[in-house]
Amino acid sequence: MAFFLIKNSIKNMFKWLEKNLPKIVLAPAVGLISWFVYGFVLWTFYISFTNSKILPRYELWGVGNYGKLWASHKWLVAVENLFIFTALFLIFCTVIGIILAIFLDQKIRAEGVLRTIYLYPMALSFIVTGTAWKWILNPTLGIQKMFIDWGFESFTFDWLVDREMAIYTVVIAGVWQSAGFVMALFLAGLRSVEDEIVKAAKIDGAGLFTVYWKILIPMMRPVFFTSFVILVHISIKSYDLIVALTQGGPGISTTMPAMYMTQTAFHKSQVALSATSAIMMFMAVSAVIIPYLYSELRRENAS
Amino acid sequence: MQVKTSLAAYTQLEKKSKITNLLLRWFLYFVLVLFASYFIFPLYVMIVTSLKTMEEIRQGTLLTLPSGLNFESWAVAWEGRGYGAGDTFLKPYFWNSIKMVVPAVFFSTFIGAMTGYVLTKWRFKGDSWVFLFLLFGCFIPFQAILLPMARTLGVLGISNSILGLVVVHTVYGIPFTTLFFRNYYVSVPTELVKAARIDGAGFFKIFFKILLPISAPIIVVTVIWQFTQIWNDFLFGSTFSFGEAAPIQVALNNMVLSSTSVKEYNVDMASAIIAGIPTLIVYVLAGKYFIRGLTSGAVKG
Amino acid sequence: MKTLKIEDLSKNFGTTEVLKKINLEIDEGNFLVLLGPSGCGKSTLLNIIAGLETIDEGNVFIDDYNVSKVEPKDRNIAMVFQSYALYPSMNVKENMIFGLKQAKTSKEKIEEQLEKVSSFLQVKELLNRKPSQLSGGQRQRVAIGRALVREPRIFLFDEPLSNLDAKLRVEMRREIKKLHQKLKTTVVYVTHDQTEAMSLGTKIAIMNHGVIQQNESPEIIYNKPSNTFVADFIGSPSMNLIKGKLKQSSDKILFTAEGANFDIPINSYDFNNTSQQNNKEVYFGIRPEHIYFKKSNEDDFEVNLRADLSEYIGHEQIMTFDLANQELLAKFPSTIKIELNKETKLYFDLTQVSLFDANTQERL
Repeated sequence: MAFFLIKNSIKNMFKWLEKNLPKIVLAPAVGLISWFVYGFVLWTFYISFTNSKILPRYELWGVGNYGKLWASHKWLVAVENLFIFTALFLIFCTVIGIILAIFLDQKIRAEGVLRTIYLYPMALSFIVTGTAWKWILNPTLGIQKMFIDWGFESFTFDWLVDREMAIYTVVIAGVWQSAGFVMALFLAGLRSVEDEIVKAAKIDGAGLFTVYWKILIPMMRPVFFTSFVILVHISIKSYDLIVALTQGGPGISTTMPAMYMTQTAFHKSQVALSATSAIMMFMAVSAVIIPYLYSELRRENAS
Repeated sequence: MQVKTSLAAYTQLEKKSKITNLLLRWFLYFVLVLFASYFIFPLYVMIVTSLKTMEEIRQGTLLTLPSGLNFESWAVAWEGRGYGAGDTFLKPYFWNSIKMVVPAVFFSTFIGAMTGYVLTKWRFKGDSWVFLFLLFGCFIPFQAILLPMARTLGVLGISNSILGLVVVHTVYGIPFTTLFFRNYYVSVPTELVKAARIDGAGFFKIFFKILLPISAPIIVVTVIWQFTQIWNDFLFGSTFSFGEAAPIQVALNNMVLSSTSVKEYNVDMASAIIAGIPTLIVYVLAGKYFIRGLTSGAVKG
Repeated sequence: MKTLKIEDLSKNFGTTEVLKKINLEIDEGNFLVLLGPSGCGKSTLLNIIAGLETIDEGNVFIDDYNVSKVEPKDRNIAMVFQSYALYPSMNVKENMIFGLKQAKTSKEKIEEQLEKVSSFLQVKELLNRKPSQLSGGQRQRVAIGRALVREPRIFLFDEPLSNLDAKLRVEMRREIKKLHQKLKTTVVYVTHDQTEAMSLGTKIAIMNHGVIQQNESPEIIYNKPSNTFVADFIGSPSMNLIKGKLKQSSDKILFTAEGANFDIPINSYDFNNTSQQNNKEVYFGIRPEHIYFKKSNEDDFEVNLRADLSEYIGHEQIMTFDLANQELLAKFPSTIKIELNKETKLYFDLTQVSLFDANTQERL
């Protein structure tokens, strides 16, 4: 009798397993992400309201950290740098990306080779990129020396060690790394346009420039949107590049929020303050990503 | 509105436009080559510098070619000079990265594939919300999880270890791998799955016998993407490990930043190249899959 | 003066000859349909007329001007595409006047044209909408409007109805026909649908493998196809082609189907060359519509054939008969009941017969 009951319950167990297998298989991913993403972010959020220093303390302390953060000179410099960098990074990557995409769209002979050249920087880590550009921008042995040796005796290019200009070196290296990506997006976008539209434009008498300016580029709105979101995202997370290129220097003139967060946590032992800065970064990213995801989902549902 | 006139006038127009077209083509190529030099320049400089001696570096400029192919800095970068303590070189950290990357890529890809499979072929109410839930993980700035993760790794006893890094990279790779597989499986017709179910195939059989065989392209894209991301990572590597368990990018940075005695730029460049070679090779060999991953992952959001 | 003249036109794509020495002429107000299966070269020909493709050999004349090397915008043509190709980021008004603006037309003229065309096509309420907010039929009208505002000499249509569902296709087809009747424009229209071609065209040029098979009015193409390809391509179901031989004795010519035990007299057939028809291997062509179940004319040929299959299509039925082991299709009203697997009396309308040389496939 017992044997029969056991056999039955095992059978039922298998039936239940079979039916719920999809959900069970989903569990690891959902579980891990809930814990390690949402859970952790909430933890960081909570900690930002405590007074933790070296180790986390869990008594709530209030919003003092946020005040402290925005009163911190270093943080303000970091945020200002973020704006400057993001603006320039966006503009240059987009302009260069579009120009390269349009030019490559003209049935160029060495298109494959050129595309490879424009995109390979994306395969490198920011540390490698930063290391290479640090050497290139070296004030005594880099570009400056190159031009001087070529005869331009009074040429200076010491931006890397100039407090005012160092942030622009980060832009140069960052654009070098990411412009190819924008190009790839726009090239794919341009190529996805059915050629009947270009034919119609030709019949309507539009010259090459007009075809791009009045017809094709306006059609690239979704690509603009996507590359904007991704570039901003890359920019907010900038850390590796700065570590390798300038270490936030000279002084703190190229520090950025990500660097502030790491330094505050691990070098200044200010866990709560660091958490606060992390949450600010999180909010900044969300402000851009959430509208983007929302509109993408709406578009996907509409089609 | 009448058609314009004589054949002569047309031949004139044709000739003129031929010249403008030629000039335009030249301008096009000029600009493209100009930008190509901007992109190639650092690579060229890295290679060339790594092959020079410090003397040559001080005497020449960035562009001057080395007098010979001097691979000494490469050897130093890879194996050091044998001075013992205080001499960092890349070899052990290179292998650390390999030991970290391989399992992390495997597990994150596998989990992503199964998750993408469930979300597209075993639909249930609210599955797009689950997808969105997971997708968000692609976008969070990792600063928001560094602190709790550091503590968790400590508690689990795997901080400052390759295993710890494997866990971290696997977990944070899941949103991306799920995105890739989900977008790919969405366009696989459900009729295939339905037919298989009618034939009596179960959950796993359908996955292994039907979906997996046609998943080669997306597996390649995902593996390449994950490999590149994880190999190139610095943030997790530097936060959760130091010393012996560090991955290669951390080691590279340490080597370059160490200001013991004279800076050896050629060794720095050689180290950078060594750290970058694996992903570069992958890119050169399978670049189009790399691009496909970039553009499809991005465009689909 | 011919509105459009194509002279010895050839075009290759790589090693493939897509168009082989095409010659063609249209008068003003004609509606020429380029009809043929995929790959026959009709779209290439249209693109060449538009100036979107280069010519390898030959010339294109519009109103006697040699436009072979002229840019599309200077040829005075307009084109309606299969996918309509409306500019997605512009609204309907901007789409329609884009060409006029490119030609630097005066503002007043643009307004005038826009007003005229948008009222005529009844798209005035749509002027501010974007293409994505229009239905398929509306988009078509806007695409036609974009072509109309430029008052071109020739309208080119590239399979404009292929993307529509069956019902809409029939509606839009009638709209295009009405437009042509009203405006009397010269049109070159590409399609693979023979019903569309027959209903719209004043002349049809049937193409196959880069060669024009026949270029005539729909009636002539239907009744007197110039070869077996045309005979088979036109008509649904297509013309029956029965293999057999001709027997000529003095002034009488008879057709015997392969394996048949009866002869069909060919009396009032308009031969190209009446000599030497004896023992010629031929295809005897007769359309399913011209086979009757009741004697309709004096000269109808009576024959007993076994019915094998019946397909009901609503108002009609298509019956398959066995003629000496070759299939013969006939079209009857569906109210007639004919028993299967039994022999029935059938009547061939001999005035509607076509004969083709079995070797050359050409009409005799």
